[in-house]
Amino acid sequence: MTTTGEITFKTEPFVLNFGPVHPSTHGVYRMRATLDGEVVLDIEPVFGYLHRGIEKLAEERTYTGFIPLTDRLDYISPMSNNLGYCLAVEKLAGIKVPERAEYIRVIMAELQRLANHCIAVGSFLSDCGAMFTPFMYMFREREKILDLFDMVCGGRLTYNYMRIGGVSQDIPDEFLPALQKFMGTMPGMIEEWENLLKQNEILLARTKGVGILPREMAINCGISGPVARGSGVKWDLRKADPYCIYDRFEFDIPTGEVGDCYDRYRVRVEEMKQSLRIIKQAMEKVPSGPVRAEVPHLIRPPAGEAYAHIEAPKGELGFYIVSDSSIAPYRCHVRPTSLINLTALREMVKGWKVADLIAIFGSIDITMGEVDR
Amino acid sequence: MEVSSDKEYIYTSTELDRYEGRIIEELKTNSQKSIPDPDAWLDEELKRNILLTSVDAVINWARRSSLWTAICFPACCAFEFIAAMGPRFDLSRFGMDIMRASPRQADLMITAGTLTWKMAPNVVRIYNQMPEPKWVIAMGACAISGGIFRSSYSVVPGYNRIIPVDVYVPGCPPRPEALIYAIQMLHKKINNTTVLPDLPQLMQKGKQ
Amino acid sequence: MTVALSIKEIASQIEKKYPGSIEEAAPNSLIVKSDFLLAIAGYLKDTEGLKFDYFNYVSAVDYYTYFEVVYQLTSLEHNHTVIIKTRCYNRENPTVPSVTGLWQGANFQEREIFDLMGIRFEGHPNLKRIFLWEGFPGHPLRKDYLQ
Repeated sequence: MTTTGEITFKTEPFVLNFGPVHPSTHGVYRMRATLDGEVVLDIEPVFGYLHRGIEKLAEERTYTGFIPLTDRLDYISPMSNNLGYCLAVEKLAGIKVPERAEYIRVIMAELQRLANHCIAVGSFLSDCGAMFTPFMYMFREREKILDLFDMVCGGRLTYNYMRIGGVSQDIPDEFLPALQKFMGTMPGMIEEWENLLKQNEILLARTKGVGILPREMAINCGISGPVARGSGVKWDLRKADPYCIYDRFEFDIPTGEVGDCYDRYRVRVEEMKQSLRIIKQAMEKVPSGPVRAEVPHLIRPPAGEAYAHIEAPKGELGFYIVSDSSIAPYRCHVRPTSLINLTALREMVKGWKVADLIAIFGSIDITMGEVDR
Repeated sequence: MEVSSDKEYIYTSTELDRYEGRIIEELKTNSQKSIPDPDAWLDEELKRNILLTSVDAVINWARRSSLWTAICFPACCAFEFIAAMGPRFDLSRFGMDIMRASPRQADLMITAGTLTWKMAPNVVRIYNQMPEPKWVIAMGACAISGGIFRSSYSVVPGYNRIIPVDVYVPGCPPRPEALIYAIQMLHKKINNTTVLPDLPQLMQKGKQ
Repeated sequence: MTVALSIKEIASQIEKKYPGSIEEAAPNSLIVKSDFLLAIAGYLKDTEGLKFDYFNYVSAVDYYTYFEVVYQLTSLEHNHTVIIKTRCYNRENPTVPSVTGLWQGANFQEREIFDLMGIRFEGHPNLKRIFLWEGFPGHPLRKDYLQ
């Protein structure tokens, strides 16, 4: 019952459908929101509009032939997906990767983290209402990173670059000087748009204190990545369970305190700066040598199972592979970062308004390719 | 589902899911063959019979210079489309800078991404909501034929099963330069259409 | 470095508390009987020294004669991890108790396993299909699924 002066009228909650097609870049995500006026009471997410059956297709393809399919999982950071899968198969088969390949993999993974956070921050700011301006700024930086990737493997969005036992081809001679030039300009760019946004009233009003994720709930739901670190969980797989050669580099892990949208946004910006630090350290020490271990083309790992996880830009991405020593995996399960990060969305939006719902959803940063697989 | 005005219906989400599932199964059984491409503009016979007037020239120029796109972005190709709209490969120099969410104001649908059977009724609904004249560009391998996912159990083998497609752009994903080339091909196609109604054909339709 | 806890130790601890619950103690994982799954999961989550509070993932594999549901748990405090498995031999109507009450992160993942493999989870708050539509015939990820 709502009262305005003397008039009382009966209100009841209604279900509004935020359909699969909507003007944000997060993909075909649908939710049925129960609203009481503008206030959100409950949401029910509906997935499956991009379910392509990648796990079933894994049983048809060979181990190396599955790598292009992993590109299409989280299509904003394909290098990380490739890396996670190759690590899982290498763990299963006991393959040692040469040094040069390890350094190249770390450089590619960190560049990919930068590119991903460009889009994550850009689309979060668009969702908060800054139209397309920050998005265009981020895209300008992302194009430079995509040029570097284009130089190495010929692709702009789906790279198919990592192989089991290393990388598919060596980096050309002009890559490291171009990377050096990029490293010279990027910190200035980050500072430029940070200065534009630091004291922005609208951003602070729309994101501070909005959509708080308590620390215990983050751990209980299995949430990882910048979302968990924004809530104060100091857990980063690059430090807790180092893979590749991350234990040789020095970097910090930014964490937030409150767990609201602003903290998640700040964590991503700080992570971009730490990525630049890692790339700088790695660039100086790249040794020479082979870029791929001697593995047969149709690899048959021994029967068994393995799980390898990496700190992908969105969180913990893992691959659980069961093999029966044939040329195709018996079962390949992908630990879907974005799907698990969405578990807490319902609790985070209860009581907020519709506009905050969009901002909170944007701050989690999901990709439907990974949710639906 | 009919809703009668004197009763109060409250549907649970499971019932809504089942209703949508029935729609999807129906669409799947009705789309076993692909819809033929609207390529009458290439027909030599027709070319000799149509005279493109200067009225046509002006109207076609107006139509092709301000194509507004309807949003249909399932998957990865969406990011190449967004990059094409970005500062480097600028699409607004073709008049296409408006990306409104409403299909009622759009005349071009660029289908960027893999289509699944669950999503198919929604795409058909958006296509039906667009007013004539409308065109469709199928972007990427998944839109042309299902692409790398063709043998999957839930992927539609190409958008031309459910809607007629005008231009196909191969690539996985196609580079923004390829998409711009496709848009220029669409401009050529629009140049060759006539606004005057085809009277004999209309009279035939009236007789049916 | 995340350490995989030695299975023999945990097996002996659990055997003392819940006798008869362990089916097999494989080198990398602990296979338990599905009736004791909830009790063992609660024990692993709350005991000092174990404290498995972070739920990594739950997955299912179809081995023609039985289904195997795989859980991986990690402890953020002690930085160790363990893999628990349980088997269902019933091919027609496999059921496993749901751990959604202990770790909320299992919610969507168990729905996915029900959708794609057909394993029912008792006690799940909202067990219905998540990726495929209602009315889809069969469960695709099973080995005997024909298109």
